[in-house]
Amino acid sequence: MNLHEYQSKRVFARYGIPVPSGEVATTPSEVRDIAVRLGGPVVVKSQVLVGGRGKAGGIKLARTPDEAEQRADEILGMKIKGLTVKKVLVDPAADIRKEIYLGAVLDRASRRIVLMASSEGGVDIEEVAAQTPEKIVKVAAHPFLGLRPHHARILADGIGLPKELINDFIKISQGLYQAFVSTDASLAEINPLVITGENKLLALDGKISVDDNALFRHPELAEMRDPDEEDASEREAHRYGLSYIHLDGEIGCMVNGAGLAMATMDIVKLYGGEPANFLDIGGGAQSDKVAAALRIILSDSRVKAVLINIFGGITRCDEVARGVLEAIGTLDGRVPFVVRLVGTNEEEGRQILAEANLITATSLADAAQKAVAAAKGELQ
Amino acid sequence: MSILVGKETRLLVQGITGREGAFHTKQMIDYGTQVVAGVTPGKGGEWAFGNIPIFDTVSEAVHATGANTSVIFVPARFAADAIIEAAEASIELVVCITEGIPVLDMVQVRAYLDTTHTRLIGPNCPGLITPGEAKVGIIPGHIMTRGNVGVVSRSGTLTYEVVYALTQRGIGQTTAVGIGGDPINGTSFLDVLQMFEEDPETEQVILIGEIGGTDEQKAAEYIASRMSKPVTAFIAGQTAPPGRRMGHAGAIISGGEGTAAEKIAALTRAGAKVARHPDEIADLVASHLR
Repeated sequence: MNLHEYQSKRVFARYGIPVPSGEVATTPSEVRDIAVRLGGPVVVKSQVLVGGRGKAGGIKLARTPDEAEQRADEILGMKIKGLTVKKVLVDPAADIRKEIYLGAVLDRASRRIVLMASSEGGVDIEEVAAQTPEKIVKVAAHPFLGLRPHHARILADGIGLPKELINDFIKISQGLYQAFVSTDASLAEINPLVITGENKLLALDGKISVDDNALFRHPELAEMRDPDEEDASEREAHRYGLSYIHLDGEIGCMVNGAGLAMATMDIVKLYGGEPANFLDIGGGAQSDKVAAALRIILSDSRVKAVLINIFGGITRCDEVARGVLEAIGTLDGRVPFVVRLVGTNEEEGRQILAEANLITATSLADAAQKAVAAAKGELQ
Repeated sequence: MSILVGKETRLLVQGITGREGAFHTKQMIDYGTQVVAGVTPGKGGEWAFGNIPIFDTVSEAVHATGANTSVIFVPARFAADAIIEAAEASIELVVCITEGIPVLDMVQVRAYLDTTHTRLIGPNCPGLITPGEAKVGIIPGHIMTRGNVGVVSRSGTLTYEVVYALTQRGIGQTTAVGIGGDPINGTSFLDVLQMFEEDPETEQVILIGEIGGTDEQKAAEYIASRMSKPVTAFIAGQTAPPGRRMGHAGAIISGGEGTAAEKIAALTRAGAKVARHPDEIADLVASHLR
């Protein structure tokens, strides 16, 4: 789950990282009021969970409250990469002398939280990493020791930070590490961290991605989830604890297990079809979850056939079969179903489905070929 | 021979009274696994399935029963602690089935395990099975048959798919190991490949990987430089869009890294045969049989 810029900066402020004293608004008149309160020039920043807001015209400078209101009127309601802007952050405009990058990520290979800094701030760090990797300095923190002052000094040295800012930089680096750990983040970045005209460090933009698996212990973060930012069917799937990703094909796939779900998509493609989705019903799914999964798949009008591929381990084929029956009972039979059940309680599952008029398959290749044919109307 | 689990396995089940724990304990017993104890805090002194003693803590269970392997079915929020408790009680092999453990918990767990002699398999894995000897986890026993192929995989159900196809063609397995789909786990492809290379009964190996991370690329380096036994591989996620987490917490292409294409290329360069789809794996394995 990704936090908005304003949410991320509020978290940063809690860990002692200096951020602009901005406020959030949903209407142009609120923006005007905030600009009056802040006094002086402001920046009106769209709050949507995509990159490239500036390039899309979603971030604008305003010198007066009138101008701020006008800019907000332009930005609120605009679409950026398919998402409608419903909120803006109004920050006092900063006097920027230099932009740097400071980020924390979980590095899988070293199994450590790694802090990265670069003298090239304000741009996409992945581009810097690809084109000028020597401009990125990294340090890894041992989980039992945390981020130590010398780690931050290594970063400061590596990016040529002015000496008089090093103590503040250490506080900000340790604050970022603390914010990362305390929010169970998988990514926390300040981009840019700027050196202002008064020679102070200020976190001008922020981004935090939180590990979904840890949300149970962060109710305050879970509440920050912005449903407007998610695909409607993905949101519905989330409610049922299903792992669903919407794609553009015509064959709906319902599978248990992420690896098998990916392999099922791959083989559909290999036999000339296009998968409409990734959907893993997870381990041990009950019939109601299976029925919900099928409803979500069929809510996509492009779906022309459904491929159900279950290899039971912790998932029991009889539970899946009951869910399929339940779903078929409530849905119109507009598309053919190809079903393959193998593994735990497979006999019971097959018996439950014997009465329903479904296309059955034995192997994965057989199931994929039948689903592709069914989607083309060649198999009923 | 085989690897990691076998007749000498004395199994403890953490979370033996839960819905999944109880169901799969029954399956493991029916398969012939020596299940010697269960742990459920608050239920110490009770019995499971008539003759399996339940304890409140792992250390009590180990002292009373000599358990040397543990399998964990506890909910995600308690699972990291369950792993640490097992390691503190000097369990040699801990197999964590639980899915959804916060990744920073695993950072701590893995750093702690590196200071102990405990090996962790998983989390978010189906466990492992040595056909005819022991099943630790949730892999359906009836799809396995004893033979000479070692199987290691990041996926659960995809492993069943492949093993089932092998068994149907009369090709048996030494041990099948599911290492799990999380970004930080206890045992890597490389670790298991080394064990199979050293196991005299294993004649060839199947590696089933997926998008995300670089574990398969590290395995490829080992295959190229040290492995004498043939390897057949499959990588899931060729149609996965970048930047999206494909179910498994670890299955994500980020920053252009961890694509199926780069893993397939690394494994092919290393001399492994890479299947285009799961059903093809058995054909490639058969081609290596003498």
